[in-house]
Amino acid sequence: MILLIQYTLIYASCLILVALGGMFSEHSGVINIGLEGIMVIGALGGALTMMYMPEGVSPFLIVVLTVLMAALAGLAFSMLLSVAAINFKADQTLVGTAMNILATAVAAVVVKAINTTASHGDNVSAIVRYIEEHEAFIVRWNLGEKSFFEFNWFFVITIVALIVSAVILYKTKFGLRLYACGEHPQAADAAGVNVAKMRYSGVMISGVLGGIGGLVYIASANSSWDFKYGVAGAGFLALAVMIFGEWKPWKIAGAAIIFGLFRALSNVYTAFPLLMELNIPSNVYNMLPYIISLLVLAFTSKSSRAPKAEGIPFEKGQR
Amino acid sequence: MWSSLALFGGKMNDKFVIEMQHITKVFPGIVANDDISLGLRKGEIHALLGENGAGKSTLMSVLFGLYQPEEGKILKDGKEVKINNPNDATALGIGMVHQHFKLVECFSVLDNIILGVEPTKFGLITKKEARRKVMALSEKYHLSVNPDAKIENITVGMQQRVEILKMLYRDNDILIFDEPTAVLTPQEIDELMIIMREFANEGKAILFITHKLNEILAVADRCTVLRKGKYIGTVDVKDATAEELSEMMVGRKVQLQVEKSDAVPGDVVLSVKNMVVASKQHKNNAVKNVSFDVHKGEILCIAGIDGNGQTELVYALSGLEPIVSGSIKMNGVELSKQSIRKRNLAGISHIPEDRHKHGLVLDYSLEQNLVLQTYFEPEFQKNGFIKFNEVRHYSEKLIDQYDIRSGQGSITTARSMSGGNQQKAIIAREIDRDTELLISVQPTRGLDVGAIEQVHRQLVAQRDSGKAVLLVSLELDEVMSVADRILVMFEGEIVGELNPKTCSVQELGLYMAGAKRDDMNGGEK
Repeated sequence: MILLIQYTLIYASCLILVALGGMFSEHSGVINIGLEGIMVIGALGGALTMMYMPEGVSPFLIVVLTVLMAALAGLAFSMLLSVAAINFKADQTLVGTAMNILATAVAAVVVKAINTTASHGDNVSAIVRYIEEHEAFIVRWNLGEKSFFEFNWFFVITIVALIVSAVILYKTKFGLRLYACGEHPQAADAAGVNVAKMRYSGVMISGVLGGIGGLVYIASANSSWDFKYGVAGAGFLALAVMIFGEWKPWKIAGAAIIFGLFRALSNVYTAFPLLMELNIPSNVYNMLPYIISLLVLAFTSKSSRAPKAEGIPFEKGQR
Repeated sequence: MWSSLALFGGKMNDKFVIEMQHITKVFPGIVANDDISLGLRKGEIHALLGENGAGKSTLMSVLFGLYQPEEGKILKDGKEVKINNPNDATALGIGMVHQHFKLVECFSVLDNIILGVEPTKFGLITKKEARRKVMALSEKYHLSVNPDAKIENITVGMQQRVEILKMLYRDNDILIFDEPTAVLTPQEIDELMIIMREFANEGKAILFITHKLNEILAVADRCTVLRKGKYIGTVDVKDATAEELSEMMVGRKVQLQVEKSDAVPGDVVLSVKNMVVASKQHKNNAVKNVSFDVHKGEILCIAGIDGNGQTELVYALSGLEPIVSGSIKMNGVELSKQSIRKRNLAGISHIPEDRHKHGLVLDYSLEQNLVLQTYFEPEFQKNGFIKFNEVRHYSEKLIDQYDIRSGQGSITTARSMSGGNQQKAIIAREIDRDTELLISVQPTRGLDVGAIEQVHRQLVAQRDSGKAVLLVSLELDEVMSVADRILVMFEGEIVGELNPKTCSVQELGLYMAGAKRDDMNGGEK
């Protein structure tokens, strides 16, 4: 049971961060299909930081540096989308798709190159190991004999990100303006808002949050990661969470917890005798989050209202 | 004649709050403003008159900082200023009510008003003070609004009030109204005129863009006329007549009244009974239990403010949307379950409301567009192959007959044609199919006075040749002058049947606003 809660929180944290990123981007009017790719690059940035971390660095510094590098990597990669979508008015869905393809490939090539060089050709895998560094993120709480709860610093980051996001979106002028740019950029423009600037900000925030989310995905429960798998569709799951969460921070959090629960179930169902007795193949549990997201979207996406002007490049003269 | 009225030149030394001098704005392929000068005095309502495409909106967008002119300068109180964006305009006290409202639909009224000038404390928005100011303004000018209502839930007239409050909230004293009356009922128009007058009396300067002559005569002090991007002249309104103004605007004498004889209605062609159509926007039905007949030889007009179910009504008749219940009979044959092509073949022509979406395939050539509903007929097709020579021949005929102007004739891409000529092409196609019923939705939208005259003449000609014409229009003048019989729609129901010869525009306005209604389901048939 404790394990279930722990894993649910881990997956939910990852989904919340990435979905919040997507939310900011889409409220500014830019569809961000490239979240998956941003996650991969963010994860890569974080993983390499941990790998090259000299020994003896304090855990606190490890956490700060790793998160920072993941955020920066995600931010840099997201610039592909903002430049293409805002400056060149490219098709945002296509750019995002290209980013996803590119990211996994880049990550695999980079890690393989590093591994090959370091091992003089013996190790050609795309696996990064950060066994000790990843412990920095974890605090174990003893809950009596042999059972403990692994508290993760990512939970704190997520909760802070969630609260800050909600405040920014609903209580600040930046939020009001960002929201307006995704709904009716001409109205924002006429009110003196710099639409391009707001859209850049939206995408950049999604790069930061997406990058950190990628790090959470690979580092919160694992001590190594094989980059040939990218992040296994977590970015798309986050998009589903964002849509199910109706582009609103609190609803996104709720949706992420539901999705996270099913994802966690696939990892720990063996601990529940009841579920074991059902004798369902493990593949079914592994598929659950994806099946649920398909079903949920099929039934809710119609009533869920996307930002009106998302995906449409802003033309000043248009009315 | 009117040139003797032009005051420009002699009054150059007058004090202008805002003066635009020799503005030239060029878009690729078109000179939208060609050396236009305009001076605005404190406390006056200055009308800017011109046909669609005359350059009024462009000129105002230059003043509001949305466009940068290639040549010319703008002076505020005699000093040259640069207006690079709407923020600069706001700083100079210039505000604008745009023709297409610039409001965020899912925001509250208050949020829309403060957008761009949000008051904040410690980085967070504080709405209390803003709310007080908005309420005070709304009381002072009788612009009642609910600051917490969402834009998507309030009427168009109310939305316009929000736009006006937006300007007042920013303490603007140079107010631009871009075709503000196009979306309003007659009563709302009267109210707006009073408010504009009030602003002027307070010393604000008002620029009022319109192409409706009676409004200018009613409220404006001076009027500047543009035609095809050029400055024609500025006149004192009290010395001008509607005929003079329209001649300045169009460049020739225009028949303002539609000439037509009395209608001679014949048999019923289309009979609609208890039709219900669902809405895509909200949960209620868009068309509620509507019944009416259209006869041969009459122009039946459906009047109403935009968004009261007219669009859905026409969609249901033409087959673009299914009906929930009821019946649509054409010469006694039930059509409500038939496909669009079957309905077309049964004798319905349709000049759609949205000519780009439903009227033309924009990337097809003109000739292909002209045979969109007939390409499968033996005349144009043999064994599945289109007879291109026949198509070309037919297209040339229509182009000639209906005076459709385009760059390359038959092979012109529809997208590259002007709005007026696109509409001419659709009208040519629909009328030439020679059907019994012509459904025509806002056929003159976006057309200039000359083209409107043409379209009206064609509608009357169709009627006179014994066809039934169903006209849906938002333009009161059009309704009153073209229709033989008027049905008024309000919130999806037909609330009144009027005779344009005996009813007044005010009466029609009351029906349109829902203030007056007859029981149409009672004694009717």
